[in-house]
Amino acid sequence: MADPTPERTELLTGWSRTAPTAATIVDVHDAADIDIGLAGAGRRGLIARGLGRSYGDAAQNAGGTVLDTVTLAGFHEIDLERGVVRVDGGVSLEAIMRTMVPLGWFVHVTPGTRMVTVGGAIAADVHGKSHHADGSFANHVESFTLHTPKGTSTVAPDSDPDLFWGSAGALGLTGVIGEATIRLLPVQTSMIRAENIRCPDLDTVMAAMIDGDDQFRFSAAWIDCLATGASLGRSVLSRGDHATIDDLPKKLRRDPLRFAPRALVPAPPWAPNGLLNRVSVAAFNEFWYRVTPALHGRVESISSFFHPLDGVRGWNRLYGSCGFLQYQYVVPDAAHDAVRTSIEMLSEARAASFLAVLKRFGPGNPGPLSFPTPGWTLALDIPATVPGLAELLDQLDELVAEAGGRIYLAKDSRLRPELLPVMYPELDRFAELRARVDPAGVLQSDLQRRLGLP
Amino acid sequence: MKDALGSVQSVLVLGGGSDIAQATLRELVKRRTRTIVLAARDPEALAPAAEELRAAGATTVESLAFDARDTAAHESFVNDVFARFGDIDVVLLAFGVLGDQEEAELDGRAAVDIAEVNYVGSVSVAVPVAQRMREQGHGTIVALSSVAGERARRSNFVYGSSKAGMDAFFQGLGDSLVGSGVRVMVVRPGFVHTKMTDGMDAAPLSTTPEAVADAIVQGLARGRETVWVPSTLRYVMSVLRHVPRPVFRKLPI
Repeated sequence: MADPTPERTELLTGWSRTAPTAATIVDVHDAADIDIGLAGAGRRGLIARGLGRSYGDAAQNAGGTVLDTVTLAGFHEIDLERGVVRVDGGVSLEAIMRTMVPLGWFVHVTPGTRMVTVGGAIAADVHGKSHHADGSFANHVESFTLHTPKGTSTVAPDSDPDLFWGSAGALGLTGVIGEATIRLLPVQTSMIRAENIRCPDLDTVMAAMIDGDDQFRFSAAWIDCLATGASLGRSVLSRGDHATIDDLPKKLRRDPLRFAPRALVPAPPWAPNGLLNRVSVAAFNEFWYRVTPALHGRVESISSFFHPLDGVRGWNRLYGSCGFLQYQYVVPDAAHDAVRTSIEMLSEARAASFLAVLKRFGPGNPGPLSFPTPGWTLALDIPATVPGLAELLDQLDELVAEAGGRIYLAKDSRLRPELLPVMYPELDRFAELRARVDPAGVLQSDLQRRLGLP
Repeated sequence: MKDALGSVQSVLVLGGGSDIAQATLRELVKRRTRTIVLAARDPEALAPAAEELRAAGATTVESLAFDARDTAAHESFVNDVFARFGDIDVVLLAFGVLGDQEEAELDGRAAVDIAEVNYVGSVSVAVPVAQRMREQGHGTIVALSSVAGERARRSNFVYGSSKAGMDAFFQGLGDSLVGSGVRVMVVRPGFVHTKMTDGMDAAPLSTTPEAVADAIVQGLARGRETVWVPSTLRYVMSVLRHVPRPVFRKLPI
């Protein structure tokens, strides 16, 4: 008889394709496989991995075991009365949308890609354009089953708040999510009523967000980090709400809940390092700033509004073999100046960044490692080959830490470990939780080792 | 762990007293390196260097006794380091002797000593290092070779042949480790102004320990397999390799 959980060794990286390490991959087909994996983990431990969209090394475990959970992808319960689904941890948000949008239900929180698993969305406590209104992903989770080295339990905010919130953003270090029960949002249509407005500089876009975000469920601004001088921080502010039937043009009213996105074009299998450089990105940014607001209609599809990059399969390959870095920080509302300084630093360094996204977060949740806190968040993609990038990002870290902010660990691949307790002051609480559910330190990852996470 | 930009956190240097190793460590500590294990025949002599690295920000700097000639002790030495200090991101092989060519041509024992340190010692310690790195699933072995190994020259062929052997070994080791998360980077400097070459006439395209250190750090960041210092030597040697023997042995190099 064939081995039910065949093992293989693979080189893994995050979505940024930097710092590969080798791990033993174990496929998970049912909840029992998770426990077998946990029990069989060796000295170098185990971490769960979903669709591999974490940019850095959160779902890598050099020399240890990586549980591949994408084969754990069943729907167990769909409650159309309450708008609740109970699904396996390896189910993707895309699968939930394909199933539930035609029935009139959407997720409260979607990140910039729907190609993430529910387990990963909880483990990174992902956020989206709706954070100011809806919070992050864990805020809409009723409960999950968590497999830890000390046993399996169903965890809900009421039954075990420490473990529930402690797992939100903990990047798999409190256990492996078997199933999760997610609350959904009723929608009349699968479309977004959107508006895109050009803001000539940073002050304008920040003022517009402070004044108007509360009138929209979704809001985020795309910033041209290569603009300088009076145009520093020029942006396209994109905001919207779920469209009602009345918002739709006649043609779309016949099938208002249609959701059938396609991957439009695959990225080429290979691209040279340096294809995305200062010149090509500047040209793209100029085009985007001039043309986007006019190109996009008043009603957009879910994929065009939330997941434009999902239309290019494997877009991460466009950065070449050296890969790229994603960097995201949040600073408190009062640290307005730190945002300006950071954009000045990026603009001065001429570090070509596509899709720098500025957003204003609403209240955070109690998770000690959950990233979102109230204030301004900026996210950037930068090719790893940009000269002086290590120093530039170190300086940005210092600026962020000094302003009372933090960086997003699910995207991190290079933070100086000394800054971790400054950015995440509740690390002790997390250490206590780890001691409770994983005293032997079975749950390990490259990120955990690199940052010295307890 | 190595980070996305190639900065490393822990380094073991075999031949910790070497000028190139010291210059490399100074560069690495400026980035993320906090744990440094220096191994040399006389660990006491490394105290000032260790102190300097601590002052620059390294939190753990330990000096251990290591003798390239004592091959019987290599495996337990390596196992001990990996057990005590946890993951080692980079192992830098920086030990080596230049020897005395004239003496080595006359005295077999002198020639064997050069081969034993530069070739046998490297091979002996690299095998357990590669094993431990395979187990940890990541890491880079940096082997300090030499352009002298690219083609043996009349003036220093004993040294050159020992480097040729170690260079070939590490290329093959690198190929054998593909897919394991472990990489091997072979560094081929030209003439470097160091303690080892003190008093010798500098060859053309001579370089400094600092330049070699820079090239190593850049190579780590880019994941290179071969690094020439200066980089132009790659093309110079590519020409010299094809010069006919009767001409080559008369070249004043």
